[in-house]
Amino acid sequence: MIEFRDVTKRFPDGTVAVDGFSLVMPSRKTTVLVGSSGSGKTTLLRMINRMVDLTSGAIEIDGEDTSRLAPVALRRRIGYVMQNSGLLPHFKVIDNVATVPVLNGVPRKQAREQALELLDTVGLERSIADRYPSQLSGGQQQRVGVARGLAADPNILLMDEPFGAVDPIVRSELQTELIRLQRELDKTVVFVTHDIDEAFLLGDQVVILQQGGRIAQVGSPTEIIEAPANDFVAHFIGAEKGKRALSVRATATGEILVDGDGRAVGVLVPQPGGSS
Amino acid sequence: MNWLFNNLDVIGSAIVAHLATALPAIVLSFVLSIPIGWLANRFRWSRGFLLTVCALLYAIPSLPLFIVLPLVIGTGLRDSINVVISMTIYGIALMARSTADGLASVDADVRQSATAMGFSPWSRFWRVELPLAGPVLLAGLRVVSVSTISLTTVGAVLGIESLGSLFTDGFQRNIPLEILTGIVLTIAMALVIDLLIVLLGRALMPWTRPVPAPSRAVPAAKDAVVA
Repeated sequence: MIEFRDVTKRFPDGTVAVDGFSLVMPSRKTTVLVGSSGSGKTTLLRMINRMVDLTSGAIEIDGEDTSRLAPVALRRRIGYVMQNSGLLPHFKVIDNVATVPVLNGVPRKQAREQALELLDTVGLERSIADRYPSQLSGGQQQRVGVARGLAADPNILLMDEPFGAVDPIVRSELQTELIRLQRELDKTVVFVTHDIDEAFLLGDQVVILQQGGRIAQVGSPTEIIEAPANDFVAHFIGAEKGKRALSVRATATGEILVDGDGRAVGVLVPQPGGSS
Repeated sequence: MNWLFNNLDVIGSAIVAHLATALPAIVLSFVLSIPIGWLANRFRWSRGFLLTVCALLYAIPSLPLFIVLPLVIGTGLRDSINVVISMTIYGIALMARSTADGLASVDADVRQSATAMGFSPWSRFWRVELPLAGPVLLAGLRVVSVSTISLTTVGAVLGIESLGSLFTDGFQRNIPLEILTGIVLTIAMALVIDLLIVLLGRALMPWTRPVPAPSRAVPAAKDAVVA
Protein backbone atom coordinates (compact mmCIF):
# COMPACT_ATOMS: atom_id res chain seq x y z
CA MET A 1 0.00 0.00 0.00
CA ILE A 2 1.22 3.47 -0.87
CA GLU A 3 -0.13 6.32 1.19
CA PHE A 4 0.21 10.01 0.37
CA ARG A 5 -0.35 12.25 3.40
CA ASP A 6 -0.91 15.91 2.72
CA VAL A 7 1.89 15.98 0.16
CA THR A 8 2.99 19.30 -1.33
CA LYS A 9 5.62 19.98 -3.95
CA ARG A 10 6.81 23.48 -4.65
CA PHE A 11 9.57 23.77 -7.24
CA PRO A 12 12.44 26.25 -6.74
CA ASP A 13 10.91 28.62 -9.32
CA GLY A 14 7.82 28.90 -7.13
CA THR A 15 5.35 26.79 -9.11
CA VAL A 16 3.26 24.52 -6.94
CA ALA A 17 2.96 21.22 -8.77
CA VAL A 18 1.09 19.41 -6.02
CA ASP A 19 -0.76 20.98 -3.12
CA GLY A 20 -1.99 19.02 -0.11
CA PHE A 21 -2.44 15.69 -1.87
CA SER A 22 -3.69 12.77 0.20
CA LEU A 23 -4.52 9.34 -1.19
CA VAL A 24 -4.22 5.64 -0.46
CA MET A 25 -3.15 3.41 -3.33
CA PRO A 26 -4.17 -0.12 -2.35
CA SER A 27 -1.79 -3.06 -2.68
CA ARG A 28 -2.05 -5.34 -5.69
CA LYS A 29 -4.37 -2.95 -7.47
CA THR A 30 -3.81 -0.61 -10.37
CA THR A 31 -4.21 3.05 -9.49
CA VAL A 32 -4.34 5.36 -12.49
CA LEU A 33 -3.52 9.03 -12.13
CA VAL A 34 -5.17 10.81 -15.02
CA GLY A 35 -5.14 14.49 -15.88
CA SER A 36 -4.02 16.96 -18.48
CA SER A 37 -0.54 18.47 -18.48
CA GLY A 38 0.12 20.59 -15.42
CA SER A 39 -2.01 18.34 -13.23
CA GLY A 40 1.11 17.16 -11.40
CA LYS A 41 0.56 13.50 -12.22
CA THR A 42 4.14 12.73 -13.19
CA THR A 43 5.42 14.70 -10.19
CA LEU A 44 3.21 12.56 -7.94
CA LEU A 45 4.55 9.39 -9.52
CA ARG A 46 8.17 10.47 -9.16
CA MET A 47 7.70 11.36 -5.53
CA ILE A 48 7.03 7.69 -4.79
CA ASN A 49 10.56 6.61 -5.73
CA ARG A 50 12.05 9.91 -4.60
CA MET A 51 13.11 11.15 -8.00
CA VAL A 52 11.27 14.25 -6.83
CA ASP A 53 11.54 15.20 -3.17
CA LEU A 54 8.54 16.41 -1.20
CA THR A 55 8.32 19.98 0.04
CA SER A 56 6.04 18.88 2.87
CA GLY A 57 3.89 15.92 3.84
CA ALA A 58 4.83 12.26 3.78
CA ILE A 59 4.62 9.19 1.57
CA GLU A 60 4.51 5.77 3.19
CA ILE A 61 5.04 2.44 1.51
CA ASP A 62 3.52 -0.34 3.60
CA GLY A 63 3.74 1.93 6.61
CA GLU A 64 7.38 2.91 6.00
CA ASP A 65 8.08 6.60 5.54
CA THR A 66 10.03 6.87 2.26
CA SER A 67 11.95 9.92 3.46
CA ARG A 68 13.81 7.60 5.85
CA LEU A 69 14.90 5.25 3.05
CA ALA A 70 18.00 5.74 0.91
CA PRO A 71 16.77 6.92 -2.52
CA VAL A 72 19.02 4.61 -4.58
CA ALA A 73 18.04 1.50 -2.61
CA LEU A 74 14.37 2.53 -2.72
CA ARG A 75 14.46 2.91 -6.52
CA ARG A 76 16.02 -0.52 -6.96
CA ARG A 77 13.01 -2.15 -5.33
CA ILE A 78 10.44 -0.18 -7.33
CA GLY A 79 9.93 -0.93 -11.01
CA TYR A 80 9.76 2.06 -13.34
CA VAL A 81 8.52 2.18 -16.91
CA MET A 82 8.54 5.43 -18.82
CA GLN A 83 7.41 6.92 -22.09
CA ASN A 84 9.81 6.28 -24.98
CA SER A 85 10.93 3.25 -22.96
CA GLY A 86 13.99 5.04 -21.51
CA LEU A 87 16.09 2.03 -22.42
CA LEU A 88 19.84 2.51 -22.19
CA PRO A 89 20.89 2.78 -25.86
CA HIS A 90 24.33 1.30 -25.23
CA PHE A 91 23.09 -1.83 -23.46
CA LYS A 92 21.78 -4.84 -25.37
CA VAL A 93 18.15 -5.74 -24.71
CA ILE A 94 19.17 -8.53 -22.37
CA ASP A 95 21.45 -6.24 -20.34
CA ASN A 96 18.81 -3.54 -20.18
CA VAL A 97 16.43 -6.03 -18.61
CA ALA A 98 19.14 -7.38 -16.30
CA THR A 99 20.31 -3.93 -15.18
CA VAL A 100 18.54 -3.68 -11.84
CA PRO A 101 19.33 -7.22 -10.64
CA VAL A 102 22.99 -6.63 -11.58
CA LEU A 103 22.94 -3.35 -9.62
CA ASN A 104 21.49 -5.34 -6.75
CA GLY A 105 24.46 -7.71 -6.90
CA VAL A 106 22.96 -10.69 -8.73
CA PRO A 107 25.71 -12.40 -10.79
CA ARG A 108 25.49 -11.27 -14.42
CA LYS A 109 25.00 -14.75 -15.83
CA GLN A 110 22.09 -15.49 -13.52
CA ALA A 111 20.57 -12.06 -14.14
CA ARG A 112 20.72 -12.68 -17.89
CA GLU A 113 18.95 -16.01 -17.55
CA GLN A 114 16.16 -14.38 -15.57
CA ALA A 115 16.04 -11.61 -18.15
CA LEU A 116 15.42 -14.17 -20.91
CA GLU A 117 12.47 -15.53 -18.95
CA LEU A 118 11.14 -12.01 -18.56
CA LEU A 119 11.25 -11.55 -22.32
CA ASP A 120 8.89 -14.54 -22.51
CA THR A 121 6.69 -13.00 -19.84
CA VAL A 122 6.18 -9.78 -21.77
CA GLY A 123 5.64 -11.62 -25.05
CA LEU A 124 8.97 -11.03 -26.79
CA GLU A 125 11.04 -13.57 -28.67
CA ARG A 126 14.35 -14.45 -27.05
CA SER A 127 16.09 -13.83 -30.38
CA ILE A 128 16.00 -10.05 -29.80
CA ALA A 129 18.08 -10.40 -26.62
CA ASP A 130 21.32 -9.44 -28.34
CA ARG A 131 19.96 -6.42 -30.17
CA TYR A 132 20.37 -2.82 -29.18
CA PRO A 133 17.24 -0.80 -28.37
CA SER A 134 17.54 1.29 -31.55
CA GLN A 135 17.06 -1.91 -33.54
CA LEU A 136 13.59 -2.52 -32.09
CA SER A 137 10.17 -1.13 -32.97
CA GLY A 138 8.47 1.28 -30.57
CA GLY A 139 6.15 -1.45 -29.30
CA GLN A 140 9.01 -3.86 -28.71
CA GLN A 141 10.95 -1.18 -26.85
CA GLN A 142 8.00 -0.59 -24.53
CA ARG A 143 7.75 -4.32 -23.85
CA VAL A 144 11.44 -4.42 -23.01
CA GLY A 145 10.80 -1.40 -20.76
CA VAL A 146 8.08 -3.36 -18.94
CA ALA A 147 10.35 -6.41 -18.64
CA ARG A 148 13.05 -4.20 -17.16
CA GLY A 149 10.58 -2.70 -14.71
CA LEU A 150 9.68 -6.21 -13.54
CA ALA A 151 13.23 -7.56 -13.41
CA ALA A 152 13.91 -7.07 -9.72
CA ASP A 153 10.49 -8.57 -8.96
CA PRO A 154 9.35 -5.37 -7.27
CA ASN A 155 6.06 -5.13 -5.38
CA ILE A 156 5.46 -1.74 -6.91
CA LEU A 157 5.51 -0.83 -10.57
CA LEU A 158 5.42 2.85 -11.57
CA MET A 159 4.38 3.53 -15.14
CA ASP A 160 4.70 7.04 -16.57
CA GLU A 161 2.62 7.25 -19.76
CA PRO A 162 4.32 4.08 -20.94
CA PHE A 163 2.15 3.66 -24.02
CA GLY A 164 1.91 7.32 -24.96
CA ALA A 165 4.34 7.23 -27.85
CA VAL A 166 3.27 4.11 -29.76
CA ASP A 167 0.64 3.88 -32.47
CA PRO A 168 -2.97 3.06 -31.50
CA ILE A 169 -2.91 -0.58 -32.61
CA VAL A 170 0.26 -1.37 -30.69
CA ARG A 171 -1.02 0.65 -27.74
CA SER A 172 -4.19 -1.37 -27.39
CA GLU A 173 -2.13 -4.54 -27.69
CA LEU A 174 0.20 -3.39 -24.92
CA GLN A 175 -2.76 -2.42 -22.74
CA THR A 176 -4.29 -5.87 -23.12
CA GLU A 177 -0.91 -7.37 -22.34
CA LEU A 178 -0.59 -5.28 -19.19
CA ILE A 179 -4.01 -6.41 -17.99
CA ARG A 180 -2.95 -10.02 -18.51
CA LEU A 181 0.37 -9.44 -16.74
CA GLN A 182 -1.32 -7.74 -13.82
CA ARG A 183 -3.68 -10.69 -13.46
CA GLU A 184 -0.65 -13.02 -13.27
CA LEU A 185 1.74 -10.93 -11.23
CA ASP A 186 -0.48 -8.98 -8.84
CA LYS A 187 1.72 -5.89 -8.48
CA THR A 188 0.79 -2.59 -6.96
CA VAL A 189 0.73 -0.54 -10.15
CA VAL A 190 0.66 3.24 -10.30
CA PHE A 191 -0.05 4.33 -13.86
CA VAL A 192 0.04 7.86 -15.20
CA THR A 193 -1.81 8.86 -18.36
CA HIS A 194 -3.70 11.75 -19.92
CA ASP A 195 -6.00 9.35 -21.75
CA ILE A 196 -9.24 8.79 -19.81
CA ASP A 197 -10.14 5.71 -21.84
CA GLU A 198 -6.81 4.15 -20.94
CA ALA A 199 -7.45 5.07 -17.31
CA PHE A 200 -10.86 3.38 -17.30
CA LEU A 201 -9.47 0.35 -19.12
CA LEU A 202 -6.56 -0.29 -16.77
CA GLY A 203 -7.52 1.23 -13.43
CA ASP A 204 -9.04 -0.48 -10.44
CA GLN A 205 -8.89 2.94 -8.85
CA VAL A 206 -8.93 6.01 -11.07
CA VAL A 207 -7.81 9.39 -9.76
CA ILE A 208 -8.88 12.35 -11.87
CA LEU A 209 -6.57 15.30 -11.26
CA GLN A 210 -7.11 19.01 -11.76
CA GLN A 211 -4.38 21.62 -11.99
CA GLY A 212 -1.91 21.54 -9.10
CA GLY A 213 -2.56 17.91 -8.20
CA ARG A 214 -6.00 18.60 -6.73
CA ILE A 215 -8.18 15.49 -6.78
CA ALA A 216 -11.37 16.03 -8.76
CA GLN A 217 -12.63 12.51 -8.10
CA VAL A 218 -11.38 9.14 -6.94
CA GLY A 219 -13.23 5.94 -7.62
CA SER A 220 -13.61 2.85 -9.73
CA PRO A 221 -14.36 3.48 -13.41
CA THR A 222 -17.95 2.42 -12.75
CA GLU A 223 -18.39 4.88 -9.91
CA ILE A 224 -16.95 7.75 -11.90
CA ILE A 225 -18.99 7.07 -15.03
CA GLU A 226 -22.18 6.56 -12.99
CA ALA A 227 -21.79 9.69 -10.93
CA PRO A 228 -19.23 12.29 -12.02
CA ALA A 229 -18.45 14.37 -8.94
CA ASN A 230 -18.58 17.73 -10.70
CA ASP A 231 -18.61 19.52 -14.03
CA PHE A 232 -14.84 19.17 -14.40
CA VAL A 233 -15.05 15.39 -14.17
CA ALA A 234 -18.11 15.22 -16.41
CA HIS A 235 -16.30 17.30 -19.01
CA PHE A 236 -13.06 15.35 -18.64
CA ILE A 237 -14.63 11.92 -19.12
CA GLY A 238 -16.81 13.21 -21.93
CA ALA A 239 -20.14 12.68 -20.14
CA GLU A 240 -21.17 16.23 -20.87
CA LYS A 241 -20.77 15.75 -24.60
CA GLY A 242 -22.87 12.64 -24.38
CA LYS A 243 -19.91 10.38 -25.11
CA ARG A 244 -20.72 8.27 -22.06
CA ALA A 245 -24.51 8.51 -22.28
CA LEU A 246 -25.55 5.97 -24.84
CA SER A 247 -29.02 5.27 -26.06
CA VAL A 248 -30.58 2.56 -28.17
CA ARG A 249 -31.84 3.49 -31.58
CA ALA A 250 -33.89 1.25 -33.80
CA THR A 251 -32.67 0.76 -37.33
CA ALA A 252 -34.30 -0.92 -40.28
CA THR A 253 -32.65 -4.20 -39.39
CA GLY A 254 -32.23 -4.09 -35.61
CA GLU A 255 -30.87 -1.85 -32.87
CA ILE A 256 -27.65 0.13 -32.37
CA LEU A 257 -26.22 2.22 -29.54
CA VAL A 258 -25.69 5.89 -30.23
CA ASP A 259 -23.95 8.59 -28.17
CA GLY A 260 -25.29 12.02 -27.27
CA ASP A 261 -24.56 13.37 -30.75
CA GLY A 262 -26.37 10.49 -32.39
CA ARG A 263 -23.17 8.85 -33.63
CA ALA A 264 -23.25 5.06 -33.78
CA VAL A 265 -20.80 3.59 -31.28
CA GLY A 266 -21.82 -0.07 -30.95
CA VAL A 267 -24.53 -2.63 -30.48
CA LEU A 268 -26.22 -3.95 -27.36
CA VAL A 269 -25.51 -7.62 -26.60
CA PRO A 270 -26.15 -9.70 -23.50
CA GLN A 271 -23.03 -9.98 -21.34
CA PRO A 272 -21.45 -13.36 -22.09
CA GLY A 273 -21.95 -15.73 -19.18
CA GLY A 274 -22.68 -13.08 -16.59
CA SER A 275 -25.28 -11.13 -14.75
CA SER A 276 -25.39 -7.36 -13.99
CA MET B 1 68.40 8.50 -50.85
CA ASN B 2 71.65 7.51 -49.17
CA TRP B 3 70.88 9.65 -46.17
CA LEU B 4 67.68 7.73 -45.58
CA PHE B 5 69.28 4.28 -45.56
CA ASN B 6 72.25 5.38 -43.52
CA ASN B 7 70.10 6.93 -40.84
CA LEU B 8 67.32 4.41 -40.25
CA ASP B 9 68.39 4.18 -36.61
CA VAL B 10 68.10 7.97 -36.21
CA ILE B 11 64.65 7.91 -37.77
CA GLY B 12 63.55 4.95 -35.65
CA SER B 13 64.72 6.64 -32.50
CA ALA B 14 62.87 9.84 -33.46
CA ILE B 15 59.66 7.90 -34.05
CA VAL B 16 59.91 6.19 -30.66
CA ALA B 17 60.70 9.46 -28.89
CA HIS B 18 57.82 11.19 -30.65
CA LEU B 19 55.35 8.49 -29.65
CA ALA B 20 56.69 8.43 -26.09
CA THR B 21 55.92 12.12 -25.81
CA ALA B 22 52.69 12.45 -27.79
CA LEU B 23 50.80 9.35 -26.64
CA PRO B 24 50.97 10.07 -22.88
CA ALA B 25 49.89 13.66 -23.61
CA ILE B 26 46.90 12.47 -25.65
CA VAL B 27 45.84 10.01 -22.95
CA LEU B 28 46.33 12.57 -20.18
CA SER B 29 44.33 15.21 -22.06
CA PHE B 30 41.48 12.77 -22.42
CA VAL B 31 41.52 11.60 -18.82
CA LEU B 32 41.94 15.03 -17.23
CA SER B 33 39.18 16.52 -19.37
CA ILE B 34 36.65 14.11 -17.86
CA PRO B 35 36.45 15.78 -14.41
CA ILE B 36 36.62 19.22 -16.06
CA GLY B 37 33.77 18.34 -18.42
CA TRP B 38 31.76 16.94 -15.55
CA LEU B 39 32.30 20.03 -13.43
CA ALA B 40 31.45 22.30 -16.38
CA ASN B 41 27.97 20.78 -16.56
CA ARG B 42 27.50 20.51 -12.83
CA PHE B 43 26.80 24.14 -11.95
CA ARG B 44 25.25 27.01 -13.81
CA TRP B 45 28.31 29.26 -13.41
CA SER B 46 30.93 26.62 -14.05
CA ARG B 47 30.38 25.92 -17.74
CA GLY B 48 31.18 29.33 -19.20
CA PHE B 49 33.95 29.95 -16.72
CA LEU B 50 35.79 26.64 -17.01
CA LEU B 51 35.50 26.31 -20.75
CA THR B 52 36.72 29.86 -21.31
CA VAL B 53 39.71 29.29 -19.06
CA CYS B 54 40.50 26.03 -20.85
CA ALA B 55 40.19 27.62 -24.27
CA LEU B 56 42.58 30.39 -23.20
CA LEU B 57 45.22 27.76 -22.39
CA TYR B 58 45.55 27.32 -26.12
CA ALA B 59 46.68 30.93 -26.42
CA ILE B 60 49.86 30.28 -24.42
CA PRO B 61 52.76 30.38 -26.90
CA SER B 62 54.57 27.04 -26.89
CA LEU B 63 58.24 28.07 -26.91
CA PRO B 64 58.00 30.29 -23.81
CA LEU B 65 55.99 27.52 -22.14
CA PHE B 66 58.81 25.02 -22.78
CA ILE B 67 61.19 27.43 -21.08
CA VAL B 68 59.00 28.52 -18.15
CA LEU B 69 57.69 25.04 -17.32
CA PRO B 70 61.05 23.56 -16.23
CA LEU B 71 61.54 26.55 -13.91
CA VAL B 72 58.15 25.97 -12.34
CA ILE B 73 58.30 22.20 -11.93
CA GLY B 74 62.07 21.82 -11.58
CA THR B 75 62.81 19.61 -14.57
CA GLY B 76 65.75 19.99 -16.91
CA LEU B 77 65.32 22.23 -19.96
CA ARG B 78 65.66 19.26 -22.32
CA ASP B 79 63.48 16.87 -20.37
CA SER B 80 60.72 15.42 -22.58
CA ILE B 81 58.38 15.65 -19.55
CA ASN B 82 58.13 19.37 -20.34
CA VAL B 83 56.71 18.59 -23.77
CA VAL B 84 54.31 15.99 -22.35
CA ILE B 85 52.96 18.53 -19.88
CA SER B 86 52.74 21.34 -22.44
CA MET B 87 50.97 19.10 -24.91
CA THR B 88 48.57 17.98 -22.20
CA ILE B 89 47.74 21.63 -21.47
CA TYR B 90 46.97 22.25 -25.15
CA GLY B 91 45.11 18.94 -25.34
CA ILE B 92 42.89 19.91 -22.42
CA ALA B 93 42.22 23.25 -24.09
CA LEU B 94 40.65 21.35 -26.98
CA MET B 95 39.26 18.33 -25.16
CA ALA B 96 37.49 19.93 -22.20
CA ARG B 97 34.83 21.48 -24.42
CA SER B 98 34.21 18.22 -26.28
CA THR B 99 33.84 16.39 -23.00
CA ALA B 100 31.45 18.98 -21.60
CA ASP B 101 29.43 18.97 -24.84
CA GLY B 102 29.42 15.19 -25.01
CA LEU B 103 28.18 14.81 -21.46
CA ALA B 104 25.54 17.49 -22.03
CA SER B 105 24.34 15.68 -25.16
CA VAL B 106 23.17 12.62 -23.22
CA ASP B 107 19.38 12.32 -23.56
CA ALA B 108 17.61 13.60 -20.43
CA ASP B 109 15.12 10.70 -20.65
CA VAL B 110 17.94 8.18 -20.54
CA ARG B 111 19.53 9.96 -17.60
CA GLN B 112 16.25 9.96 -15.71
CA SER B 113 15.55 6.38 -16.53
CA ALA B 114 18.99 5.41 -15.20
CA THR B 115 18.21 7.28 -12.00
CA ALA B 116 14.82 5.62 -11.74
CA MET B 117 16.39 2.19 -12.06
CA GLY B 118 18.65 2.86 -9.12
CA PHE B 119 22.03 3.82 -10.55
CA SER B 120 23.92 5.82 -7.94
CA PRO B 121 25.16 9.18 -9.27
CA TRP B 122 28.70 7.77 -9.47
CA SER B 123 27.83 4.63 -11.39
CA ARG B 124 25.38 6.53 -13.57
CA PHE B 125 28.22 8.81 -14.65
CA TRP B 126 30.67 6.04 -15.50
CA ARG B 127 28.27 3.45 -16.87
CA VAL B 128 25.68 5.60 -18.60
CA GLU B 129 26.66 9.21 -19.20
CA LEU B 130 30.32 8.80 -20.15
CA PRO B 131 29.76 5.89 -22.57
CA LEU B 132 26.85 7.71 -24.22
CA ALA B 133 29.00 10.82 -24.60
CA GLY B 134 31.42 8.52 -26.46
CA PRO B 135 30.82 9.65 -30.05
CA VAL B 136 31.40 13.32 -29.14
CA LEU B 137 34.44 12.41 -27.01
CA LEU B 138 35.81 10.43 -29.93
CA ALA B 139 35.45 13.38 -32.29
CA GLY B 140 37.26 15.61 -29.79
CA LEU B 141 39.98 13.06 -29.19
CA ARG B 142 40.74 12.82 -32.90
CA VAL B 143 41.39 16.56 -33.06
CA VAL B 144 43.54 16.39 -29.91
CA SER B 145 45.53 13.48 -31.29
CA VAL B 146 46.34 15.11 -34.63
CA SER B 147 47.11 18.45 -32.99
CA THR B 148 49.34 16.87 -30.34
CA ILE B 149 51.32 14.78 -32.81
CA SER B 150 51.96 17.86 -34.91
CA LEU B 151 52.80 20.22 -32.02
CA THR B 152 55.16 17.73 -30.37
CA THR B 153 57.70 18.53 -33.10
CA VAL B 154 58.22 22.03 -31.65
CA GLY B 155 60.23 20.59 -28.75
CA ALA B 156 63.03 19.87 -31.22
CA VAL B 157 63.88 23.56 -31.26
CA LEU B 158 65.08 23.14 -27.67
CA GLY B 159 66.80 19.87 -28.49
CA ILE B 160 64.09 17.54 -27.14
CA GLU B 161 64.06 14.56 -29.46
CA SER B 162 61.03 13.91 -31.69
CA LEU B 163 60.27 13.74 -35.40
CA GLY B 164 60.83 17.49 -35.25
CA SER B 165 64.51 16.79 -34.71
CA LEU B 166 64.61 15.68 -38.33
CA PHE B 167 63.48 19.17 -39.43
CA THR B 168 65.93 21.04 -37.22
CA ASP B 169 68.84 18.76 -38.04
CA GLY B 170 68.01 18.69 -41.75
CA PHE B 171 67.72 22.46 -41.78
CA GLN B 172 71.04 23.03 -40.03
CA ARG B 173 72.92 20.52 -42.16
CA ASN B 174 71.00 21.37 -45.33
CA ILE B 175 69.61 17.87 -45.98
CA PRO B 176 66.22 18.40 -47.69
CA LEU B 177 65.48 14.69 -47.62
CA GLU B 178 65.77 14.67 -43.83
CA ILE B 179 63.32 17.58 -43.56
CA LEU B 180 60.93 15.86 -45.95
CA THR B 181 61.20 12.60 -44.01
CA GLY B 182 60.28 14.41 -40.79
CA ILE B 183 57.21 16.01 -42.37
CA VAL B 184 55.99 12.84 -44.07
CA LEU B 185 56.48 10.72 -40.94
CA THR B 186 54.66 13.26 -38.73
CA ILE B 187 51.67 13.27 -41.07
CA ALA B 188 51.76 9.48 -41.38
CA MET B 189 51.87 9.07 -37.62
CA ALA B 190 48.91 11.43 -37.20
CA LEU B 191 46.94 9.40 -39.74
CA VAL B 192 47.79 6.05 -38.19
CA ILE B 193 46.94 7.14 -34.64
CA ASP B 194 43.71 8.70 -35.92
CA LEU B 195 42.78 5.43 -37.59
CA LEU B 196 43.56 3.48 -34.42
CA ILE B 197 41.35 5.82 -32.38
CA VAL B 198 38.48 5.39 -34.84
CA LEU B 199 38.85 1.59 -34.72
CA LEU B 200 39.05 1.64 -30.94
CA GLY B 201 35.89 3.75 -30.81
CA ARG B 202 34.09 1.32 -33.07
CA ALA B 203 35.13 -1.60 -30.90
CA LEU B 204 34.11 0.14 -27.66
CA MET B 205 30.82 1.56 -28.94
CA PRO B 206 29.13 -1.25 -30.86
CA TRP B 207 25.70 0.36 -30.43
CA THR B 208 26.68 3.27 -32.68
CA ARG B 209 27.24 1.05 -35.69
CA PRO B 210 24.70 1.36 -38.49
CA VAL B 211 21.54 -0.58 -37.78
CA PRO B 212 21.45 -3.71 -39.97
CA ALA B 213 17.70 -4.19 -40.37
CA PRO B 214 14.69 -1.95 -39.83
CA SER B 215 12.97 -3.17 -36.70
CA ARG B 216 9.54 -3.74 -38.23
CA ALA B 217 10.81 -6.35 -40.63
CA VAL B 218 11.97 -8.64 -37.84
CA PRO B 219 9.84 -11.78 -37.95
CA ALA B 220 10.75 -12.63 -34.37
CA ALA B 221 8.72 -9.68 -33.15
CA LYS B 222 5.13 -10.27 -32.21
CA ASP B 223 4.38 -6.58 -32.72
CA ALA B 224 5.62 -6.76 -36.25
CA VAL B 225 3.39 -9.73 -37.00
CA VAL B 226 0.28 -8.04 -35.68
CA ALA B 227 0.86 -4.46 -36.75
